[in-house]
Amino acid sequence: MALNYDGVIEKYEPTLGLEVHVELNTNTKMFCGCSTEFGAEPNTQTCPVCLGLPGSLPVVNEVAIESAIKIGLALNCSIAPFSRFARKNYFYPDMPKDFQISQYDEPICVNGFLDVEIDIDEGTKSFRVEIERVHMEEDTGKSLHVGGATGRIHGAEYSLLDYNRAGIPLMEIVTKMIPGTEKYAPQVARAYVTELRDILRSLGVSDVKMEQGSLRCDANVSLSPRGSGKLGTRSETKNVNSLRSVERAIHGEMIRQGNLLENGERIIQETRHFLEESGETRPGRSKETAEDYRYFQEPDLVPVAPEASWIEEIRATLPERPSVRRKRLQAEWAVPDKEMTAMINAELLDTVEATVKLGADPTKARTWWLGEISRVANEKEVEATSLMNPAQVAEVIGLVASGELTDKLARQVVEGVIAGEGSPREVIEKRGLKVVSDDSALMAAIEAAISSQPDTAQRVRDGNIPAAGALIGAVMKATGGQADAARVRELLLNHLGQGA
Amino acid sequence: MTFIYKSAAEMANALASKEISAVDLANEHFDRIESVDTDVHAFLYLDKEGALEQAKNVDAKRAAGEKLSPLAGVPLALKDVMAQRGIPTTCGSKILEGWRPPYDATVVTRLKDAGIVILGKTNMDEFAMGSSTENSAYGPTHNPWDLTRIPGGSGGGSSASLAAFEAPLAIGTDTGGSIRQPAAVTGTVGVKPTYGAVSRYGLVAFSSSLDQAGPCARTVLDAAMLHEVIAGHDKKDSSSINAPVPQVVAAAKKLDVKGMKIGVVKELGGEGFQKGVSERFNEALEELVKAGAEIVEVSCPNFEYALAAYYLIAPSEASSNLARFDSMRYGLRVGDDGSRGAEEVMSLTRQAGFGKEVKRRIILGTYALSSGYYDAYYGSAQRVRTLIMRDYEAAFAKADVLVSPTAPTTAFKIGEKANDPVAMYLNDIATIPVNMAGIGGMSLPCGLAPEDNLPVGFQIMSPAMKDDLMYQVGGTLEAALNSKWGSTLMSQAPALGAK
Repeated sequence: MALNYDGVIEKYEPTLGLEVHVELNTNTKMFCGCSTEFGAEPNTQTCPVCLGLPGSLPVVNEVAIESAIKIGLALNCSIAPFSRFARKNYFYPDMPKDFQISQYDEPICVNGFLDVEIDIDEGTKSFRVEIERVHMEEDTGKSLHVGGATGRIHGAEYSLLDYNRAGIPLMEIVTKMIPGTEKYAPQVARAYVTELRDILRSLGVSDVKMEQGSLRCDANVSLSPRGSGKLGTRSETKNVNSLRSVERAIHGEMIRQGNLLENGERIIQETRHFLEESGETRPGRSKETAEDYRYFQEPDLVPVAPEASWIEEIRATLPERPSVRRKRLQAEWAVPDKEMTAMINAELLDTVEATVKLGADPTKARTWWLGEISRVANEKEVEATSLMNPAQVAEVIGLVASGELTDKLARQVVEGVIAGEGSPREVIEKRGLKVVSDDSALMAAIEAAISSQPDTAQRVRDGNIPAAGALIGAVMKATGGQADAARVRELLLNHLGQGA
Repeated sequence: MTFIYKSAAEMANALASKEISAVDLANEHFDRIESVDTDVHAFLYLDKEGALEQAKNVDAKRAAGEKLSPLAGVPLALKDVMAQRGIPTTCGSKILEGWRPPYDATVVTRLKDAGIVILGKTNMDEFAMGSSTENSAYGPTHNPWDLTRIPGGSGGGSSASLAAFEAPLAIGTDTGGSIRQPAAVTGTVGVKPTYGAVSRYGLVAFSSSLDQAGPCARTVLDAAMLHEVIAGHDKKDSSSINAPVPQVVAAAKKLDVKGMKIGVVKELGGEGFQKGVSERFNEALEELVKAGAEIVEVSCPNFEYALAAYYLIAPSEASSNLARFDSMRYGLRVGDDGSRGAEEVMSLTRQAGFGKEVKRRIILGTYALSSGYYDAYYGSAQRVRTLIMRDYEAAFAKADVLVSPTAPTTAFKIGEKANDPVAMYLNDIATIPVNMAGIGGMSLPCGLAPEDNLPVGFQIMSPAMKDDLMYQVGGTLEAALNSKWGSTLMSQAPALGAK
């Protein structure tokens, strides 16, 4: 009988290894001045260097080095005072030079760690993921194989090559082997990639869009029989394209390997591809005969030797770690877990924080951004932050707090700002939305209401307080909703001898 | 009266005083090329249109009284390893047939900016691999001193163009001696500057850590003038030196070596060197002594391993540098008839497009870098390189410059060593250590070997970033020899062409 996940865990211990490739968001490529913008016409962002034309030479992009150092520091790595580029030699049509400039035995960042937390039944559990290295390299071009059944190079009628991507800076972040995750292995992997993504985003070094390929994860998994102390043969699942897939791919791979081992079969060391629909993996190229990349020092580049003072400057500007910040803000704002998660998922945490920093009440700020503004944004299929800015939202909240606007009026102000009628103040002016706070104007409206509903007024005088509602309603109607209902009530009851 | 036999400096003066126009000077050289290059075969491509346009511009600027660079209007032959926008660049290989670079090498940009007139591209051993220019896919170049002999290599086209008076200046590249050995066997001057002195951007790489472009000419001063045009920091080349270029023109004009210590490298002479080569070399040393220099002997024991280490490092880097010639984007493509996949087309193209020596070195280098062999081969070779640098350091502690014969023999016969690669490699025994250490080296003529009446080269090596020292010694020696002979060596070269 086939083992299920729990059955596999009962008998085997998983060991993980994760390799994450991140495309940096530098304006120019790793070794030339070409633009890195996504989505341009094929082969329009190329030059002799990234096309690998004979005689061309690479020159290192200093911003990419700075990004690498930021990443290394954020992952608690030591930054090598001296690191080198190497050539990784292999043939592929979309590799302009038929070697990739990468780092081999002297990477820029080594020996770091990242602590991640996962939710378990008993609360949360923390795991330390050790980082082996962070190194820099260049991306390859992109091939599009046309014709043929598989969309792969074999069997294709012809192939189209786009070198816009060739030379875009990539960082490869490699963990050490991660033992001891037990049944939580898939969750730990997901939590690690999530945390890493959040850190990279907070550093501003990458777009970290898994669906666009700017963050790609390869997951290594092996199983060893419980208590054997022997490491199993690993498989490497390539290009898992979402956080959820990271978790599912490892889960699926553990079940596959567990059942193979259970049937006395052996695990083949190979690359596998994750299948989104089934959550399973299928074999790719076998790695039994390790490819020989004939690495050697890149003679066209000088070693990277960042000054210690520069590294310290960068360290001083590192942002607060996202998970730490989230916990701090949640406590400061007293936000329930569910709402906190909603804010994070809507990617509005920064915006709400900016609004709060401008003096707005945290709860109000959250409610406006996640409520009315997000609703309109969803309708229009745009980002909430494209409709209003934190200063405008903070201003509206301030006007409500000072009594100049009612909640109802505030909604109209927001509607006006979104419609492009100007700042909240301007919308108030143009639409004439000010709260009627002039008591004499209100008194006139109250008198009119009483004289049109004398019976109701009498009932109130006789002590039927709830009957006042009809009179208040009439006053609000007469003032176009711009009166403060509480003040109207107060004045009306006083007038009819029912004041407090 | 023709100007082609003059030095570049003399031509520059004649242009400046409007004795001749740049257009006429270029045409004189094209006429010469037309009459002799069928025999010599120095050029692979002539850019008459581009050259005359540049010459016309220079003449117009001069007529308008604009300030021009010293060599403006002087013609030059460019080794076909340098990318020149719109001009076929083959590196002597079939695999690049038809490729016209969309960009200029930094050297080419500087030549153009200086108003130098590029006549065309010169022949070379395929991808600069060779010492005879016999490895060119487009046929060998012949030595103007004796057309049955080789003009050296890899830059035999450049050296032969100078010796045949087809151009007064040329650009060469030197990975293991490809500027100096051709200069030696053609009686011309060739300089490999310190590694990083001249930008490699646009120089089609053979061995990136050894390649260096440099000036070729018929006099030391001409080489110095060209040196100052092409040298200097280039931000497109990370290995380019970011420091002021040594004043090599001033050094070439000094004509004074009093008190200088000149070290004769014991290991680069004696056994294995042709008798006439050693004789002429020793006579030249005497001239330097007469000029007030002191001769000291120095020993560089690790030079023994230089050749072996070079033939691991250079092919290793070449195996990677030449990988890009895969028929995908430019140059030759063989067998793409719709029935074959990319890999098969790649391999058919390489089979047809690369010559024997290039294939030999790609295989050698691929092997040396392979896992399991890397440490024994590439790793050891790199350690030898360090030892050679230390030998030089110790030697330069005892002498200002070091000297040796440039090549162990005079020009050999075409075909003589074509089937013996090791004999061919041994030609570079005295030039290779310079590249391994990244220092400067110059070859200048020191006479004809009595036994065959062919030119002998005298090599001067100077410490890194002190290229001025070799020009100072070279200029002094050249003047002393010319005064001893009563004329330049080149004036004894046989007449070519109109028979």
